[in-house]
Amino acid sequence: MMEQPLANLEVFASTLLELAREDSDLLVVTSDSRGSAKLAPFAKAAPGQIVEVGIAEQNLVGVAAGLAAAGKNVFAVSPACFLTARSLEQIKNDLCYSDRPVTAVGISAGVSYGALGTTHHSLHDYAVLRAIHNITIVAPADNFETRNAVRAVARSAKPVYLRFGKKRMPHLPRVDSDFQLGKASLIREGNDLTFVACGETVASAVDAAELLGKEGIQCRVLSLHTLKPLDQGAVRQAATETGGVITVEEHSVHGGLGEACAGLLLQEGIHARFKIVGFPDDYTVTGSQDEIFRHYGMDGPGLVATAREMLAKQ
Amino acid sequence: MEAVCSYKNRNSPMLSEHDLKLKSVQYRKALLRVIKACGAGHTGGGLSCLDILNVLYNRVLRISPEIFKSPDRDYYIQSKGHCAEALFVVLAERGFFPEKDLETLNRYGSHYIGHPTRQINGVEQNTGALGHGMSVAAGIALAGKIDRKDFRVFTLLGDGELAEGSNWEAAMTAAHYRLDNLIAIVDRNGLQITGSTEDISQLSPLDEKFESFGFAVRRCDGNDVGELVHALEAVPFRPGKPSLVLAKTRKGKGVSFMENVARWHHGVPNDDEFSRAMAELEAAEAAIA
Repeated sequence: MMEQPLANLEVFASTLLELAREDSDLLVVTSDSRGSAKLAPFAKAAPGQIVEVGIAEQNLVGVAAGLAAAGKNVFAVSPACFLTARSLEQIKNDLCYSDRPVTAVGISAGVSYGALGTTHHSLHDYAVLRAIHNITIVAPADNFETRNAVRAVARSAKPVYLRFGKKRMPHLPRVDSDFQLGKASLIREGNDLTFVACGETVASAVDAAELLGKEGIQCRVLSLHTLKPLDQGAVRQAATETGGVITVEEHSVHGGLGEACAGLLLQEGIHARFKIVGFPDDYTVTGSQDEIFRHYGMDGPGLVATAREMLAKQ
Repeated sequence: MEAVCSYKNRNSPMLSEHDLKLKSVQYRKALLRVIKACGAGHTGGGLSCLDILNVLYNRVLRISPEIFKSPDRDYYIQSKGHCAEALFVVLAERGFFPEKDLETLNRYGSHYIGHPTRQINGVEQNTGALGHGMSVAAGIALAGKIDRKDFRVFTLLGDGELAEGSNWEAAMTAAHYRLDNLIAIVDRNGLQITGSTEDISQLSPLDEKFESFGFAVRRCDGNDVGELVHALEAVPFRPGKPSLVLAKTRKGKGVSFMENVARWHHGVPNDDEFSRAMAELEAAEAAIA
């Protein structure tokens, strides 16, 4: 029987508690964020393994680096909007440049906070972190990928950025039943075009693929949960085998998943129809996460429209 | 008065006050040689903090090349990373790498760059952007408390860098977790690149600020090795509180025409200035020896 779908955030918190029980050196560092990170049960069950630094994100990452320097297995947890902007220099220098194996966990990422506005949105994080050397960037799609990603990054000897939202995520039916960092997961087979998505937008791509399937259009769906290092083979194969790629990300169209794929294909001389779906360089519309997705064509019907447009251009 | 050594530190050369004084002059000469040879460096700040580094590495820290990877060693994080040349001179002399390596400083392909990096043996953390060291030091100190280890964590801060708000975030964490194994030393030379720290963004009264943030504070003459030994061998100043040594120093210390002159922040001496500086230091060395 399928488990009840949870927010990836909740799966993260429960997986972390399992890991904490196996590893007494595992520490979670929070910046007044344990409630929003669903870590209150963790704090109750493992009070000696949570470190609170208050609303001080720069310090959060610096302290995490120091704990890791002394041998701790550290997860630094904060809303993605603050973690990857306010403490970007600490991520760059104290984690990446200094090579400290800390997992920086950006919670409630993208437009999860909806109408709280741009201060609380993180539509820049892939772009800035992709440009920093020595960090793995992971955005799991559903509960399965989240559980596996948390376990995988806990063993990483390198800095990691793990990003997810707070919406309950449906269990995605998937072709690939394994999970490997750096390797895209094939969610759905198809050869008419490919949706390459990451994080919570994978569910939108699956919705679109199902709608199009009813019309006899078979779309491949890849969860490119690891943005860096990019699974070049999967992207290359998608472009050559299906001839059309639509990337979908809860991020600016600048500097994220789409441009990573575009850069790869262009430099390799692989010609395919190509469209980046993400947030335009504009003031973000007000609304809930679902409403914002719909507005920018990032829900199932919106992606169907984009796919039709692409298929019309032969 | 010779300070009394409160513990046997078998990982330190445990130099006497006389030998520390002599070593300080020798380090200053080495620093100027390195900066002159590579044509760049933070001369003023390096000269101001050399006595602190000398006392740490030759008397206080439980660190040596042999135990550098030991989980029980003391840690030193240089938050004022721009004074890297001073640190490198001390690390080389203490045997962390051959002094000859410093000839490659800033050269194409060298690991020896203008800021500390872990590519260099003896360096704990990559620094250079200001306001980072104290948080990292607090994290290490907290891990020490969690693991019930007795190592200490020392961090050297510039006074100008205290305008970075992240220092004060870290100070709150250090006090909150009662990190009496954390010792922050402020190289209080009163100058930053543009001029006087008090004219640029008033820092005083630093002692009262750190006390109100929960530190136990001691002032000392940061260019007097005896006073530094006395202060640094007395840590923690109060059980349950992080320690702050407010070390009053002179930027450019040891070379008369560089002392308290902001332009020597990263000034490189020309041939004439270099000869005059070395002559002054050699005279000081002869007077001590």
